[in-house]
Amino acid sequence: MQRIGVFVCHCGTNIAATVDVKAVAEALSHEPGVVISQDYQYMCSESGQDLVKNAIKENNLTGVVICSCSPRMHENTFRKAAASVGLNPYLVEIANIREQCSWIHKDIASATEKAIILGKAAVAKVHLNTPLTAGESPVVKRALVIGGGIAGIQTALDIAEAGFDVDIVEKEPTIGGKMAQIDKTFPTLDCAACILTPKMVEAAQNEHITIHSFSEVTDVKGFVGNFTVTVKKKARFVDETKCTGCGLCTEKCPMKKVPNEFNMGLDNRTAVYIPFAQAVPKVATIDPNYCLMLKNGKCGVCSKVCSAGAIDYKQTDKFIEQKYGAIVVATGFNPIKPDKYDEFAYSYCPDVVTSLELERLMNAAGPNGGTLLRPSDKTHPHTIVFVQCVGSRCDDEKGKPYCSKICCMYTAKHAMLIREKYPDTEVYVFYIDVRTPGKNFDEFYRRAVEQYNVHYIKGMVGKVSPKADGKIDVQASDLLSNEQLHINADMVVLATAIEPDKTARPLATMLTTQMDTNDFFTEAHPKLRPVESATAGIFLSGACQGPKDIPETVAQASAAAAKAIGLLCKNSITCNPCVAHSDELMCNGCSSCEKVCPYGAITYQDKEFRMPDRTTAIRRVASVNPAVCQGCGACTVACPSGAMDLNGFSNSQIMAEVDAICK
Amino acid sequence: MNKNQKDWIDITSGVNVRKCMRCGKCSATCPSYDEMEYHPHQFVYMVEKGDIEPLLNSESLYKCLTCFACVERCPRGVEPAKVIEAVRLTAVRQQGNNHLIPDRIPEMLDDDLPQQAIVTAFRKYTK
Repeated sequence: MQRIGVFVCHCGTNIAATVDVKAVAEALSHEPGVVISQDYQYMCSESGQDLVKNAIKENNLTGVVICSCSPRMHENTFRKAAASVGLNPYLVEIANIREQCSWIHKDIASATEKAIILGKAAVAKVHLNTPLTAGESPVVKRALVIGGGIAGIQTALDIAEAGFDVDIVEKEPTIGGKMAQIDKTFPTLDCAACILTPKMVEAAQNEHITIHSFSEVTDVKGFVGNFTVTVKKKARFVDETKCTGCGLCTEKCPMKKVPNEFNMGLDNRTAVYIPFAQAVPKVATIDPNYCLMLKNGKCGVCSKVCSAGAIDYKQTDKFIEQKYGAIVVATGFNPIKPDKYDEFAYSYCPDVVTSLELERLMNAAGPNGGTLLRPSDKTHPHTIVFVQCVGSRCDDEKGKPYCSKICCMYTAKHAMLIREKYPDTEVYVFYIDVRTPGKNFDEFYRRAVEQYNVHYIKGMVGKVSPKADGKIDVQASDLLSNEQLHINADMVVLATAIEPDKTARPLATMLTTQMDTNDFFTEAHPKLRPVESATAGIFLSGACQGPKDIPETVAQASAAAAKAIGLLCKNSITCNPCVAHSDELMCNGCSSCEKVCPYGAITYQDKEFRMPDRTTAIRRVASVNPAVCQGCGACTVACPSGAMDLNGFSNSQIMAEVDAICK
Repeated sequence: MNKNQKDWIDITSGVNVRKCMRCGKCSATCPSYDEMEYHPHQFVYMVEKGDIEPLLNSESLYKCLTCFACVERCPRGVEPAKVIEAVRLTAVRQQGNNHLIPDRIPEMLDDDLPQQAIVTAFRKYTK
C-alpha cells in the first residue's frame, strides 16, 4: 500500500493570493494513498524542507507530491531533501500550481479547483513512480570553442590557463573577429589592435590551445562530458605547416581585383591573401572564386614564387573528428546591411557608409592609410552626419526590435575622433535617445558634446539625397526646436543594428540549444545562469547571446570559461536516469523510433528469441544507449507497438495523470 | 480632453499611438513640413495626450498630402498619416458644421470642375 505525503506551498502570496492553499491540502488529503497533507508558507525554505523530511521519516512515506512552483525551479531541491532521509529522489513529484495556475489566473475559486486537479494528477502519477538510480558517465577533458573573436579567444585562454586542452574553430582564415577591424575602443580610446593582437599571439603560442582557422563545425553528437564533433577544415590551397607568412605570393598574384572583406569591400585584395598583417595563423589562403589557376588552370605564379613550396592547388576539404567534454559558443555578431532603407541611399551613394566601414576608413591599416577621405572622390569631408538606430528598435521586417546597445558609444567615439583629428569638420549626430549605461560611458558622451563640440540633435534623419555637386542633402527633424533641418553634408554614417552571425542558427540545431526570435542564443536563466545554455555542457560567450561591448564580452567569456572548467574538473557526471528503454518482446523492429531520435541514441540489433515449441527466431529489436538518451520522449510517441517507454514518464504514468485530470 | 474623440480617432485610424518612440522620423521625412503648424510627430503625440481640439482647428489638417512617406519610414509602424486622416475625418464629420458655404461656390468654380464633384462636396462638407 502506498503512503503518499502532499505538501502545498504558499510561495508567500505568489500562490496563496490566487489559490486557497488550505482547501487544496484538504481536498488532496482524501485522495487514495495520501496519509498526510500539509501547507506551508515557503516549502523551499530550510524549515519547509525539514517539514517534508520529518513527514517522510515519521510517516514512512513511499511517495511525495509537492504543489509549488515549476519543477525547473525547485524539483532538484525537494529531490535532494527526500534523498537525504532515504527516499529515492525519483519518488518525488511536483505539481506546478504557480506558473501554470496562480500566476495566470485571477479567479480564486477556479484557480483553486485547477490546483486541486493538478495535485490529483501528481498523486495519480506518484502511485506508479518507481525508484530510479542515476548512472555516471566520464568527462572528456577537452573543450571546444566555436568562434575565434575576442570572446572565443578569451574563453580559450582562460580554459587553457586551468590546464585543459581547448580547440578554437574559426570560419575565417584568421582569428580576431570584429575587434581586429576596429580602430579605437571606447571609452578609453586605446587602440583595438594593440590590445587584441597580443591575445591572438598568446592563443597561438599556448601549448593547450589548437586553432582550426578557416574551419567550420559540421556535426555534433553526444552529450555533456562526451560530445563528438566533426570539424570541416576548408581547403585553403596552402599547406599551413609549410607557409611562413612571408607574403611574397600576395605581392606577385596577378588577380588584384578582389573586394577586401577585412576592409568592408572598400579596397581590393589579391586572390591569394593574408587578411591583415597581424593575422593568426599568419598563413596565406587562396580564394577559389577568383584564383586564375583554380578557375582556368592558367597562372601558377604563387606556387612559383613560394620558396617554402606551400601552395597546393589540389588541396581538398578535410574532416576531423574529436571528442570534447564542453562546448563554448562564441559565434558573435555582424552589422546588418542597411540597403533595405531606401531613404538612407546606402545602396547607391558611396559616401553613405556604415559605422564599421568608417572604422576601416579611419584605420591606419585601412584603405586610405588612416586618412579620412570620402570613398567617392577621395576628398576630405567637412560635414559629417551620423544617424543612430538604423535598423535598431524597429517594429518592421527591415530592422531588429532590440536596441543594439553599442551604437551610441561607438558613434560618440567616431564623432570625437573626427573632431580631434580634423577640427575643421562639423559633426552632427541625430539620436532618438543616447544610451550610455556603463562605467565612464556617460562621461565619455558628455566629453564629445562639451569638449569636442559635436552637434547632438534629438531627432531622426528622414531622407538622404545625394546631389549632383557631390554633396548630400540630409533632411532631418530637430524635435527640441520643432523644425525640419536640411544639412549639406559630405558624408553620412549609419549606426547600423547588429545581428547574430548567420552560422548561429544551424549551429543551434546541431547543438540542440535554444534561440530567441532574433537568433540570439537563450541562456539557461536570464539572471542566475547567464553563460550556460539550457543544454548541459554548452556554454555561451559574447555577442552570440545578445548585443555586448568589448568589456562585457570579455567578462562573459571568462565566466563561460569558469563554467566549462567547472565541468572539465569533474572525472564523471551524474546521468539523468529518466531515459527511454524498449521492451524487446513488443518491439517489431520498424525503425520509427530510430528515425525520430534527435540524439542518435537508438540502434537496432538482431537478437535470438525463444519461440513456442522450443524453437528460436532471430528478430531485429531496438536498444537505447542510456548515456546518449536525453529523455525527450519522441520515441515513445513514435513507437506503434508501445514497446518504447520512458523511465519516470512511462505511458501508464501519463495516462494515470490524464485520467486524474479528466475524472 | 475629449475622450470620445480620442477613442474615435483610435478606432477610425486603426493606429496604436502608444507605439511611438518619439524619434521624429515622420517629421523628418514630411514634404509638407514647412507649411504645417502641427507636424506629423505632434499629431501622434497630441492624439496620445488627448489634446485634439487644437488639431481640429488647425490648417495643418489639410496640408498633409497623404503621401504616406511617414507611414513607409516609421520604424515603429505607427502610421502617422492615418492618424492625421482620422483627425481630418473627425473635423469633417462634426455635426452642424458647415465647411462649404454655398455663397462661396461661384468663386471656386472653373470649367473643368465636374458637376458631380460639387454635389459630393456638399454632401460631405455641409450639414
